[in-house]
Amino acid sequence: MAETGAERAGRAETGAERAGRAEAGAEWFEEAGFDRRSRAVEGVRAYALIVAMWVRSTLAYRASFVMTAAANFMVTAFDFVTIMLMFTHVDALAGYSLPEVALLYGTSATAFGLSDLLMGSVERLGRRVRDGTLDTLLVRPVPVLAQIAADRFALRRVGRLTQGLVVLGYALVSVDVDWTPLKVLMLPLMVLTGAAIFGAVFVAGAAFQFWAQDASQVQHAFTYGGTTLLQYPPAVFAKELVRGVTFVVPLAFVSWLPTLYVLDRDYPLGLPSWAAFLGPAVACGCLVLAGLAWRTGLRSYRSTGS
Amino acid sequence: MRLYSVVAAGGFRRYATYRVATAAGVFTNTVFGFIVAYTYMALWETRPRLGGYDMSEALTYVWLGQALLAACAMMGGGFEEEMVERIRTGDIAVDLYRPVDLQLWWLAGDLGRAAFQLLGRGVVPMALGALAFDLALPGSPVTWVAFLVSVTLGAVVSFALRFLVALSAFWLLDGAGAMQISMLAGLFFSGMVLPLTLFPGLLGEVARAMPWSSLLQVPADVFLGKHTGWGLVRAYAFQAGWAVALLLAGRLLQSVATRRVVVQGG
Repeated sequence: MAETGAERAGRAETGAERAGRAEAGAEWFEEAGFDRRSRAVEGVRAYALIVAMWVRSTLAYRASFVMTAAANFMVTAFDFVTIMLMFTHVDALAGYSLPEVALLYGTSATAFGLSDLLMGSVERLGRRVRDGTLDTLLVRPVPVLAQIAADRFALRRVGRLTQGLVVLGYALVSVDVDWTPLKVLMLPLMVLTGAAIFGAVFVAGAAFQFWAQDASQVQHAFTYGGTTLLQYPPAVFAKELVRGVTFVVPLAFVSWLPTLYVLDRDYPLGLPSWAAFLGPAVACGCLVLAGLAWRTGLRSYRSTGS
Repeated sequence: MRLYSVVAAGGFRRYATYRVATAAGVFTNTVFGFIVAYTYMALWETRPRLGGYDMSEALTYVWLGQALLAACAMMGGGFEEEMVERIRTGDIAVDLYRPVDLQLWWLAGDLGRAAFQLLGRGVVPMALGALAFDLALPGSPVTWVAFLVSVTLGAVVSFALRFLVALSAFWLLDGAGAMQISMLAGLFFSGMVLPLTLFPGLLGEVARAMPWSSLLQVPADVFLGKHTGWGLVRAYAFQAGWAVALLLAGRLLQSVATRRVVVQGG
């Protein structure tokens, strides 16, 4: 550990130390807890710069970008096509009409699309640990998480986000809801909350890859699997599964709880309707836990040395 | 022949080394199996015998889909990424000089991969699905063998399709777009999103006649005992017909492609 400020002050200042005083000053700031905000600002700034670079490089091949974004739109659209095909055979799925399922789908897909666009790249961490290129990111004076989240930023993922928004738009014009100010407020709130919860899942999944480098598929179970689960009414699933995604990995706060509040429906586990408003607090808790997991993972990292 | 069996064994061993990735894949296939199984249950509760399947047959279909997803490469993933990369970098020129057949070489390796994926990523999700749900598993060993033959034919059709996609890189240079379109078609027309018997009208007829139905719909129906006797022969003929036609198309395209090969960066 570096010497403390008190030890430094107790000795006469040499020339070399004077030269390094700016650095020591920064250290003092860090020790005093000033690092948090500035590191966060620095991280966001670096993230924006790296993202801008990748966006520029993506747009250099415009035709390729349009094609891959369209494919991204299509592949996620199949999820909703599947639901529509199901509704050609039934009028209601577990008691939910198509517009109601579309509302669940739209909020979940939009929240996930936003999170995937902003944070989806972190799943590449395992590959970087394996081939040793993570070391390059470690020596740069920028938070590693910001670099890995912006790494190869894939603008084509706006295709997925757009698809979610289209279904959400359809749901909002076709669903039968007595709108109140609180219900209207719930819409942007749940999309942002959902994106934050999925973001925490992405970061936690990346932290897991510090240990299990080949396990990016496990992350898919929670990210892609999670959003698929939330696209159907909770009444479809077994109670234990619903309990799991409410209390263990609280994905239910992404769309189930808030949407069921908007639709005036009861949650299968008998939670009070105000539980729908706990989303932001739950999201904050998830982000803190994911952040801790990330720090633990990063500290335990040993380079491959190749 | 000996050479190609060695290549196939190599393909098997190569994928067998990724133990953590295989375990992770099994985990994901199982999670998706549970999610999809519950949605099918909701559907079949309202409409029993939908698409000609009863509830336990429909649930069996779900788990077959998860078990065959990697083996029949419905979402791609296998040799094609590597082959596209070799075409892009020009390394394919080296492959063309070798005294082996390009198509058979990649086919052998991919069948080895498929065999591993069937064992490594197919058996465990299927067993877990059978523990959690009431599945319609065939009682007769003959049906299991018939199923394995159908899966093998499906794996060959899958290879033949992806070989065509990979060859397109000779013209497009960047194979990403073609691979994505192929993934979309594989996902939708194999019956992975819903059994093709549930697709309405003309869409259903077209989907069932296309090569992708060989990857899941046909093997699943063989497993569920929907094709027996001459029906089974017809199902095999359908798969084998597509396999031969697509392999020949690949061979033709390959000879056109190699005549215009431009080694890049040389």
